[in-house]
Amino acid sequence: MNALRAFLPARAVLHEEEDTRPYECDGLTAYRQLPMVVALPETEEQVQRVLQACAALGVPVVPRGAGTGLSGGALPPGDGVLLSMAKFMRVLRVDPRARVAIVQPGVRNAVISEVAAPFGLFYAPDPSSQIACTIGGNVSENSGGVHCLKYGLTLHNVLRLRGYTVEGEPIELGSEAPDAPGYDLLALAVGSEGMLMVVTEVAVKLLPLPQSARVIMASFDDVEKAGQAVAAVIAAGIIPAGLEMMDRPATHAVEQFVAAGYDLQAAAILLCESDGTPEEVDDEVARMMAVLAQAGAARMTVSRDEAERLRFWSGRKAAFPAVGRISPDYYCMDGTIPRKRLGEVLRFIAAMEKKYDLRCPNVFHAGDGNLHPLILFDANSAEELHRTELFAAEVLEKCVEVGGTITGEHGVGMEKINQMCVQFRPDELELFHSIKRVFDARGLLNPGKAVPTLARCAEYGRTRGRGVAAAHPELPRF
Amino acid sequence: MTLEPFQTRIRDAAQRGVALRLRGGGTKDFYGNEPRGEVLDTRAYAGIVSYEPTELVITARCGTSLSEVERILEENGQCLPFEPPHFGAGATFGGCIAAGLSGPRAASAGALRDFVLGARIVDGRGRALGFGGQVIKNVAGYDVSRLLAGSLGTLGLLAEASLKVLPRPAEQLTLRLEMPQERALEAMQRWASQPLPLSATAWHDGELFVRLSGAAAAVRAGVAKIGGEPLDAAPWLAIREQSHAFFSASPLWRIAVPPVAAPLALPGAQLLEWGGALRWLAAAAPAGAVRDAAQRAGGHATLFRARDKSAGVFAPLAPTVARLHRGLKAAFDPVGILNPGRMYPEF
Ligand SMILES: Cc1cc2nc3c(=O)[nH]c(=O)nc-3n(C[C@H](O)[C@H](O)[C@H](O)COP(=O)(O)OP(=O)(O)OC[C@H]3O[C@@H](n4cnc5c(N)ncnc54)[C@H](O)[C@@H]3O)c2cc1C
Repeated sequence: MNALRAFLPARAVLHEEEDTRPYECDGLTAYRQLPMVVALPETEEQVQRVLQACAALGVPVVPRGAGTGLSGGALPPGDGVLLSMAKFMRVLRVDPRARVAIVQPGVRNAVISEVAAPFGLFYAPDPSSQIACTIGGNVSENSGGVHCLKYGLTLHNVLRLRGYTVEGEPIELGSEAPDAPGYDLLALAVGSEGMLMVVTEVAVKLLPLPQSARVIMASFDDVEKAGQAVAAVIAAGIIPAGLEMMDRPATHAVEQFVAAGYDLQAAAILLCESDGTPEEVDDEVARMMAVLAQAGAARMTVSRDEAERLRFWSGRKAAFPAVGRISPDYYCMDGTIPRKRLGEVLRFIAAMEKKYDLRCPNVFHAGDGNLHPLILFDANSAEELHRTELFAAEVLEKCVEVGGTITGEHGVGMEKINQMCVQFRPDELELFHSIKRVFDARGLLNPGKAVPTLARCAEYGRTRGRGVAAAHPELPRF
Repeated sequence: MTLEPFQTRIRDAAQRGVALRLRGGGTKDFYGNEPRGEVLDTRAYAGIVSYEPTELVITARCGTSLSEVERILEENGQCLPFEPPHFGAGATFGGCIAAGLSGPRAASAGALRDFVLGARIVDGRGRALGFGGQVIKNVAGYDVSRLLAGSLGTLGLLAEASLKVLPRPAEQLTLRLEMPQERALEAMQRWASQPLPLSATAWHDGELFVRLSGAAAAVRAGVAKIGGEPLDAAPWLAIREQSHAFFSASPLWRIAVPPVAAPLALPGAQLLEWGGALRWLAAAAPAGAVRDAAQRAGGHATLFRARDKSAGVFAPLAPTVARLHRGLKAAFDPVGILNPGRMYPEF
């Protein structure tokens, strides 16, 4: 703390419990840890000096954006510094000609589209948390959104990062020109969960705002039929701007909260969006409706105007907080599966609801196979939390078994670290550790997250007694 | 089919400390620094592993012919959106990804690396490792498969890879306009900031070519906005494969800049692609001058084709970034036997 006080003003170094308490967890509130100290630098030079000071003392550092992460990525170190990037809130430049925005990492996702809008441009990745989460957090998690089937993830929309290694060396990865020379370190840094570098500046791509957009809400009397309808849309050669599914428990939770106008009779609804020129949209909506009808949609409603379109989406975007209203706590899973296995995985989740006696509504980025089952539980009951964790672990391992992954967009963090042992073999985990060492030889930046030690996996294998990849080399994981 | 033969070969080479030159069809032998070492031919490890059009993912072995992959996609109304150059009939799927080159549509659809979803590799110790997967969203572990894209075989042998694919556009149409470079740059930027279905642009010698792809209605609206004369014989294949007369010159520089960069004042002819972000230069200009001009414009220059590569093929890296490169090379290939020097002479 003294080392930090040497160059940071007193207000930028927090250590009293009442001040550090708000930083004890991210959006995954089941995991909490008070940091030894919180640093709130305001300039790049201060970030560099925080890192240098920590490196000199051998103290761990954990970067944090808005703390909306759902995997414990920003869980503080009890014996180190929580490095909050919250003060880095400036949009440095919007260049409408180049269609690029240069922003500081603490800028909130939604702000980028707001500042780009006057130029007829927008920033495409739109996580449901977009009014709160920061671009620095998005970069570190490679966040997605409801429009990423067509417009890509954070990875596809970031051109360049500037920041520091844990030793405080400045680095710049990527470029506003295409194909920066050398290895694609930008791809490595995006989604690295704050473990390879601290990001202090981000150049993002802006896209022209589509002239118009309309969304179809289609009801199905059977969840699997809705899943098949998704495949049918894609088989027809259509890439919708958004393609989302919610099951009945999810729509019921949402409807009480935001009155989005969802069909509460349906076993599942699909939201299927088209954007482009008005003619293009009319044409595509007609084609989508034909395909959906053919696939057994019981009812369909098309948004008539922008207000209605936003209302249909508002329900989907509010799904997590809505579920938070009907249950003391919820646990959000994030597995991705090949879409054709959806029926099987949903049946499995239903069986787990019975096995663990817990309810689990489902929201689903249907277009790209990313599931968000939400287990409802009460964290005040340690026993219920334990059941929830076992439930989640079984679902994630099922995702791996069907050829998918344990996390599509929320990251591994602390939360899914055991399931990494199921998805990867020891040699692969070891390579991840070597990559980490290249950037951070002493393991000081966000230590202990995202990649389990082999010892941890061995222990997990013993306690679980099944499913660990090393024991199942025949499983198709790739 | 197993990876065992590759693993044995690599383990053996690592033990003997002998360099291996990973090679598919050899169509990109010209690219990067002079290949050296014993040839490890990847072509026997071929075949499509899985392809389900509705999942939008194809997985193939490295030795699979790139044309074969494209043909199967086409039969199903899909395509590789980044339109990779082949540079010869023998181009392989693995070589395409290792080279990391993208074609005309990359500026609008995304580059090769944007479509990589997963890879199985054999590293420099002969270990078979898998990263990423066959699903569109996956953030478990560092994104090693994308790191491998464009690594020129220096980190590992790319044995299998999964790519995201997309439907082929319903309509496609190319327009030709006449204008000098400066106005062409300005026009390309103006169009790119509007919701137009641009799928390729190229300018050379006073002629600007613009391709529109997408729904019929969108293409029609685009034509009305852009004007120019529709072409029957579009130049895209000739540009992508560099069979266009412009590319016969040597040396050939590939200069990547932010698209808004002003015309580069360099001697020699230029051909522009990607809305102005890619500027090919055919000239025997001194390497230093080309690299400086590229850097001043916020980009970098690659000596794409040349007999004399002593000036270095790729733009030099900043010291910290160079250190990270050496570290990664050592992590994947500790003995340094995989395509040594192909990207940068020091690793
Ligand atoms: C209601 C709700 C809805 C959500 N919906 C979505 C969704 O639709 N899609 C989606 O992908 N995610 C979603 N999320 C998850 C979360 O919002 C994202 O992961 C988001 O990107 C986190 O941003 P943050 O600023 O809150 O980062 P934090 O939670 O503060 O940090 C996330 C990670 O990034 C690192 N980090 C943060 N800033 C930096 C920096 N400057 N340099 C280096 N590392 C840094 C941290 O160490 C940590 O590992 C949702 C979360 C909530 C609560």
